[in-house]
Amino acid sequence: MSPSVTPAKPREIRESVVIRFAGDSGDGIQLTGSQFSAASALAGNDTATFPDYPAEIRAPTGTLAGVSGFQLHFASRDILTPGDRADVLVVLNPAALAANRKWLKPNGILIANADAFQAKNLKMAGFAENPLEDGSLADYQLFQIDLSRLTNDALQGYGLSAKEVERCKNYFALGLVFWLFERNGDLVEEEIRRKFANKPLLLDANLKVFHAGWDYGDNTELFALRYSVPPAQDIAPGTYRSIAGNEATALGLVAAAHKAGLDLFYGSYPITPASDILHTFAGLKEYGVRTFQAEDEIAAICAAIGAAYGNQLAVTGTSGPGIALKSEAMGLAVMTELPLVIVNVQRGGPSTGLPTKTEQADLLQVLYGRNGESPLPVLAARSAGDAFDTAFEAARVAIKYRVPVVLLTDGAIANGAEPWKIPDVDSLPTIETNLLDDAAKLDGQPLLPYLRDAETLARPWIKLGTPGLEHRIGGIEKWDKTGHISYDPQNHHNMVKLRQAKVDAMTAEIPPTRLEGDTQGDVLVVTWGSPYGAALTAVRELRAEGQSVTHANLRWLNPLPPDLDAILQRFRVVLIPEINNGQLVKVLRAAYAMDIQQYNRISGQPLSVAEIRDAIRNVLPHENHFQEKRP
Amino acid sequence: MTLATDIALKPKDFATDQDVRWCPGCGDYAILAAVQRALAKQGIPPHQIATIAGIGCSSRFPYYMSTFGFHTIHGRAPAVATGLKVARPDLQVWVATGDGDSLSIGGNHFIHMLRRNVDLKVLLFNNRIYGLTKGQYSPTSELGKKTKSSPQGSVDNPFLPMSLAVGAEGSFLGRSIDVDAKTLGDVLAGAAAHKGTALVEILQNCNIFNDGAWDHLSSKEFRADQTIVLEHGKPMVYGANRDKGIRLRGLRPEVVTIGENGVTLDDLWVHDAHDEDPTRAFLLSRMEYPAFPVPVGILRSVQRPVYDQLVNAQVNEQRAAKNANLQALLNGRSTWIVG
Repeated sequence: MSPSVTPAKPREIRESVVIRFAGDSGDGIQLTGSQFSAASALAGNDTATFPDYPAEIRAPTGTLAGVSGFQLHFASRDILTPGDRADVLVVLNPAALAANRKWLKPNGILIANADAFQAKNLKMAGFAENPLEDGSLADYQLFQIDLSRLTNDALQGYGLSAKEVERCKNYFALGLVFWLFERNGDLVEEEIRRKFANKPLLLDANLKVFHAGWDYGDNTELFALRYSVPPAQDIAPGTYRSIAGNEATALGLVAAAHKAGLDLFYGSYPITPASDILHTFAGLKEYGVRTFQAEDEIAAICAAIGAAYGNQLAVTGTSGPGIALKSEAMGLAVMTELPLVIVNVQRGGPSTGLPTKTEQADLLQVLYGRNGESPLPVLAARSAGDAFDTAFEAARVAIKYRVPVVLLTDGAIANGAEPWKIPDVDSLPTIETNLLDDAAKLDGQPLLPYLRDAETLARPWIKLGTPGLEHRIGGIEKWDKTGHISYDPQNHHNMVKLRQAKVDAMTAEIPPTRLEGDTQGDVLVVTWGSPYGAALTAVRELRAEGQSVTHANLRWLNPLPPDLDAILQRFRVVLIPEINNGQLVKVLRAAYAMDIQQYNRISGQPLSVAEIRDAIRNVLPHENHFQEKRP
Repeated sequence: MTLATDIALKPKDFATDQDVRWCPGCGDYAILAAVQRALAKQGIPPHQIATIAGIGCSSRFPYYMSTFGFHTIHGRAPAVATGLKVARPDLQVWVATGDGDSLSIGGNHFIHMLRRNVDLKVLLFNNRIYGLTKGQYSPTSELGKKTKSSPQGSVDNPFLPMSLAVGAEGSFLGRSIDVDAKTLGDVLAGAAAHKGTALVEILQNCNIFNDGAWDHLSSKEFRADQTIVLEHGKPMVYGANRDKGIRLRGLRPEVVTIGENGVTLDDLWVHDAHDEDPTRAFLLSRMEYPAFPVPVGILRSVQRPVYDQLVNAQVNEQRAAKNANLQALLNGRSTWIVG
């Protein structure tokens, strides 16, 4: 197959397409989706993805519980979200249709694996009648494909078992949509060759099925039209790759370690959706990365604290339940003032909650969820690519100020991929560790482990193993400067204030808040984390209508940007959309004693452009107010 | 690499200027002195050593040692020490902990440290009581023990720390009584030389909340008859008159008197600390007062792969085998150019 084949059928040019693949969790949906995204990115489209998969690894085949979805938005313009609703939905069984039909736009293309719509599967998906036959899908352009039969036909003579044949069918579907959207299949073929390098029969079979899917589209009368999404023009020049948030987080931290001249230690206990950070680090030993898969969350952070004491860039990563377990040790890192990065890939809570679904409800937990006055800086990434920069920044600040820093991402950022402009390593700033690594630097004065830098209030990071620099630290309150145990009342008061002052001093690190829109006006939409993309898109759409709407995103959540108070005061309404009950709203109300509007939906799904746009309309001043009628 | 210096070190070189704040008469004083003597003898200077502790009376230990030190949080010293040792294999790392710290709140870290065989020297101060919280029963307190939290007597079945450690794959298991300077010194020297987790259980008196906890073993009057000092390769003989011994019948140890019923030295169980099979170490760990003399000395000392060495070996192998180019890493497998 080749992209140079002249399309025999007419083509329609689209600016953007949202496609959603859905099937059983064993159907290879995530792989199918990722390969389509990679091919779209290589074709020059801007892309954004949203994997939507169940917590069960292999729920019973055909059930709603086992449905795995992958949504991809690709466009010939700059896009910031995986799209609210799909133009194309590919379903491999009835349960996938039942679970995902709500995401398909009216008149959208629905490609269904007709073979799977049999009595047993229909019943498991809760259909009394076959929806492919009862007219209930009349709102869509329905294409029924006998994927299983066609895959089987393509593999006649291969000698594969029925189960093996069945597992190839996602490549038939992929081949078909590649044809439909004129994607270049080289990358897929490369991936198949790599994946099945040691299984020549399966390698041939999957290639054959992929080609068969393409040819089917080309030859069947079913599809009268192909679609083309030209390369995006408004993307900044540079070298790009596709990256998901967890990998970007790991790479940002490795880059920071490199720029600081330190080895990296990662202590972690497997937890969804953070485990990919551990997987990434485990493969990077040649970069001086040591991974410690701990016996529990507590050991994971404590080992990282030990490594920080031993002068490595120490990192621990988890999700909300893990933060709950790490809280006491986070306090120890606050007390001992050691550099540490704590990554929280947020998921639905409380308790086990929704392990594979996204949420932003751990902000108050990381800000306040420890005993005593225990301030620490909190930074949040807004997108997969931004996780690289934010992780790098978190590490830089941790080292500079000798503090534990929390980096918040979430399930949508962690697993969603987007094109990422690869930074030039030489352009990344050097991180000065300023280790106290020689007793001669004391100039004959006694070692004071809690002596503070006048500007940053940071204490020295003392190189262990250095003669003359032996010292003791711990979780008990310490005397200022000497670090000796102290129960002195006034000293405790002073130290509580000092630890707070140290975090407050980090406002010096925060650049001016970037506003997209105006410096003052009717509505300011403030976001943190993954709603960034949907909110900015909504703001752009409303601005195109002439509305006075502006957007700001916060990377720093503690301390808050020093210019934020004044900015908020310049807008008639401030609106914060969050996937929680209004946590940043509480923080800002407390900080600035001002009224702030909130928009919240906590359903485990990213916020959509449409709902944020509606939420903004609802707070626009009355003369502009109108409510879009929505289905 | 920790290297002994040419300059002879003295125990006081390992002391700090901090006032020791254990209760007068506490068994911890003798342990501190024994450790400082053992370290001086070992000859590794303070700056190449780190002492890590959890929470409890024993965990104040780092403040009194002139080495690098970290007084962490309750139960977590093995985890902090593991991270430090992996990051800094050049340092010798000691852990000070107690029966509550390691066997209750930190039980999980304790067993996983042993399982991994991290190169740590662990001082387990076992006084069978919570001292710092003023006298509650601990996971090594005997059944029926009356304390503030068990006024009718404890119904909480205790651990035998050495049995737990055998089950957790401990590679070095030593035991001594706080006041037995000779045995404690020998065990500490063995622990210092061991590669892997070296666990030293120290039967320690708390003269405030559990006074006399080990009197049945520690007093001069009983010690010879109620403890047995294990020596590798030697038959198990004990008693004030050196006339008692342990004979192994199958997997059942029994107390015998040499010269009675035809028992000779040749009939006794010969201690093999290096036995790879943990079965006999487990039998030793079950020998309890009053049915048996309690074994002290080195119960087990076997070599097996050491976690921190394995981690660092993998890092070094990958560094030697691959060209670590950060830009190539960021670029990933496939890129495209815009503009």
